[in-house]
Amino acid sequence: MSTNVLMPALSPTMTEGKLAKWHVKVGDDVKSGQVICEIETDKATMEVEAVDEGKVAKILVEEGTEGVAVNTPICVLAADGESVSDAPAPQASAGPRASGSPQSEPEARGPEKHESPPPAPVVHASAREPEYSGKMVKMTVREALRDAMSEEMRKDGSVFLMGEEVAQYQGAYKVSQGLLEEFGEKRVIDTPITEHGFAGLGVGAAFGGLRPIVEFMTFNFAMQAIDQIINSAAKTLYMSGGQMGCPIVFRGPNGAASRVGAQHSQCYASWYAHVPGLRVLAPWSAADAKGLLKAAIRDPNPVIFLENEILYGQQFDVPEDPDFVLPIGKAKIERPGKDVTITAFSIMVGKALQAADELAKHGIDAEVINLRSLRPFDTETIVASVKKTNHLVSVEEGWPFAGIGSELAALMMDHAFDYLDAPVKRVAGLDIPLPYAANLEKMALPQVDNIVEAARAAVNR
Amino acid sequence: MAKPATKPKAAPSAAKTKPAKAGDNSVSPDELKSYYRTMLLIRRFEERAGQLYGMGLIGGFCHLYIGQEAVVVGMQSTIDGKDAIITSYRDHGHMIAAGMDPKGVMAELTGRSGGYSHGKGGSMHMFSREKNFYGGHGIVGAQVPIGTGLAFAHKYHGNKNVSLTYFGDGSANQGQVYEAMNMAALWKLPVIYIIENNRYGMGTSVERSTAVTELYKHGEAFGIPGEAVDGMDVLAVRAAGERAVEHAKGGNGPYILEMQTYRYRGHSMSDPAKYRSKEEVDKYRNERDPIDHLKARLIEQKILDDAQLKAIDAEIRKIVGDAAEFAQHSPEPDPSELWTDVLVGA
Repeated sequence: MSTNVLMPALSPTMTEGKLAKWHVKVGDDVKSGQVICEIETDKATMEVEAVDEGKVAKILVEEGTEGVAVNTPICVLAADGESVSDAPAPQASAGPRASGSPQSEPEARGPEKHESPPPAPVVHASAREPEYSGKMVKMTVREALRDAMSEEMRKDGSVFLMGEEVAQYQGAYKVSQGLLEEFGEKRVIDTPITEHGFAGLGVGAAFGGLRPIVEFMTFNFAMQAIDQIINSAAKTLYMSGGQMGCPIVFRGPNGAASRVGAQHSQCYASWYAHVPGLRVLAPWSAADAKGLLKAAIRDPNPVIFLENEILYGQQFDVPEDPDFVLPIGKAKIERPGKDVTITAFSIMVGKALQAADELAKHGIDAEVINLRSLRPFDTETIVASVKKTNHLVSVEEGWPFAGIGSELAALMMDHAFDYLDAPVKRVAGLDIPLPYAANLEKMALPQVDNIVEAARAAVNR
Repeated sequence: MAKPATKPKAAPSAAKTKPAKAGDNSVSPDELKSYYRTMLLIRRFEERAGQLYGMGLIGGFCHLYIGQEAVVVGMQSTIDGKDAIITSYRDHGHMIAAGMDPKGVMAELTGRSGGYSHGKGGSMHMFSREKNFYGGHGIVGAQVPIGTGLAFAHKYHGNKNVSLTYFGDGSANQGQVYEAMNMAALWKLPVIYIIENNRYGMGTSVERSTAVTELYKHGEAFGIPGEAVDGMDVLAVRAAGERAVEHAKGGNGPYILEMQTYRYRGHSMSDPAKYRSKEEVDKYRNERDPIDHLKARLIEQKILDDAQLKAIDAEIRKIVGDAAEFAQHSPEPDPSELWTDVLVGA
């Protein structure tokens, strides 16, 4: 059985090349792995090694020939014991590989085909928000986060917490207060200050069957770890054809605190919300914090959980029921209204509610939506609101360019264009690194007045 | 594009390499035969992958393992099926050694639905939960913290398993590798760091990239023991691997094995290999080849004769031929696969 040796491609983009030099001649015995010729492109020279063994029966392309197309037969190898003259002419047979060669199977390959992708599946919130009529207790966001973790850790032995200062120090912001005492050092683990390393270690632990909660002292430091979060945690399920789930929660304070300067004050909402394979949550109230963190820990996917340092000490009513869990992907109408929709997340929800009170004094009835989940995004609830109010103001602390507000504006073009009476307004942090000086910092971050102004401009009142 | 050719410096002295236990009686003839067979299977598989790449049937990046076969085959002989394995993007050999089906591996290379990732991963991104093979990672060094996390999970679960975490000499300069080593030593995690030192991170030699070229010493700051191993000798690899596995399973924490090996092919398919001399490549091929070396031993010890060797050749040719056939005829993934596996349960 003879074999044709074909002109190989050096890269996926190569279509032809020069056969620069033959290292063998007719009659030579060739072993697999032996260099038989050299080819050249505009980028590189490469040696071609034989894959099959045999005797060189015919050289079909002389050395020095330019513009030899990829997959052109360049020589014929005769198998052991086969006489050279037995070898068929190349035209007669393309050799044993013919059945699968690209020439005989053009339909199997092809940038030429322009098959359009099937539509994306429609994502609905996984469940309705439970109607809760039981007892409520007053609790800070900090306590709500701690209780969410401890309740889930009691329920599931594979849940553990790791991060800088989470154990002995009781949390840099005291979120993990008491957890070391209750769960011990096996499950509440102080890490060295190596975000990239412990984020990756957490991903490996999740692949290995655990459910890590990885605390970043702030999400600013998670930039050190973002490769592991996106390339390893978010993408591996897809790249493995569904084999490698990564149930992990990355949590910690996000955005500005108070006068901590530009490196410690960035909002990462739009960064992570951009990435398929992640869930991204941003709670405002203590009830959000508890219900969503429990949902995040139970979720079989990587979850980015964006907290806010200033909110940690704020008190809210929280359902007492330890089985209170919020659905991921569901926004909440915090204040119904009919004139303008204001969307916000995290600390900006409180500011939006204050702005709504202010707007009421001007006779403007604002509806405030707490987004809560940035991926998946509850477009349905916002569109339904805009169909009612015909105006939308987006509020976020982060930068305006390519921010959550930009996405909202685009979504409204897709889903609510005919219902808008005015362009979507964006209230966002100024497009600058956050300054330290008290006056400048205040000017750089969205304030209640900015929201009021934007809403009044939107409704033109 | 063409860079000036540079002559690599002399190879690092092999004097630090602990000698293999030559004539090790603990290795049975059947084990030797099995190592030979697996190494040859990897070699022939990779040659065929290179050929399919040349025909345009494999796209993108494709990093061949030819020359390094003894490392993964020797290490595999020291673990059981519950131990975790993780490596970089030069991963085809690891998958075959772990017992994954060559058909599924080759079909992933051709981007077909019969591939381990249904065609959605490619050469660098394949996994098998069943075989505890955790990839296949495309970011240099990223598998090292992940492999350390797999060891963390073993320890947390309280089992006696280890994590074999492979990386190359190129990865050995990544910061996250040292972050992981620190935590592994601090928490005594059962991880074995196997540095496959094939002397070039892409086109840059170890001497040109690394201040301390004895990579087995790179854990010294964390108190991690390490040794240099002749990675071209499957029995030397096995002997060192047994010491490392015993260390890790004994609760003593991580261990470093620097496998001194060599890749015959370029970094990836489009590598013109101008950074090293043909003489250097030929010297390894002709004098140090791990498969030739073991084959000679099998003949010398009369474990296999010519006819038996030919029979193994034929068997492997068939396995690889079948894999290539399967990889070319398995259908491309259905367009609906675009949207699957983004999230669990969504």
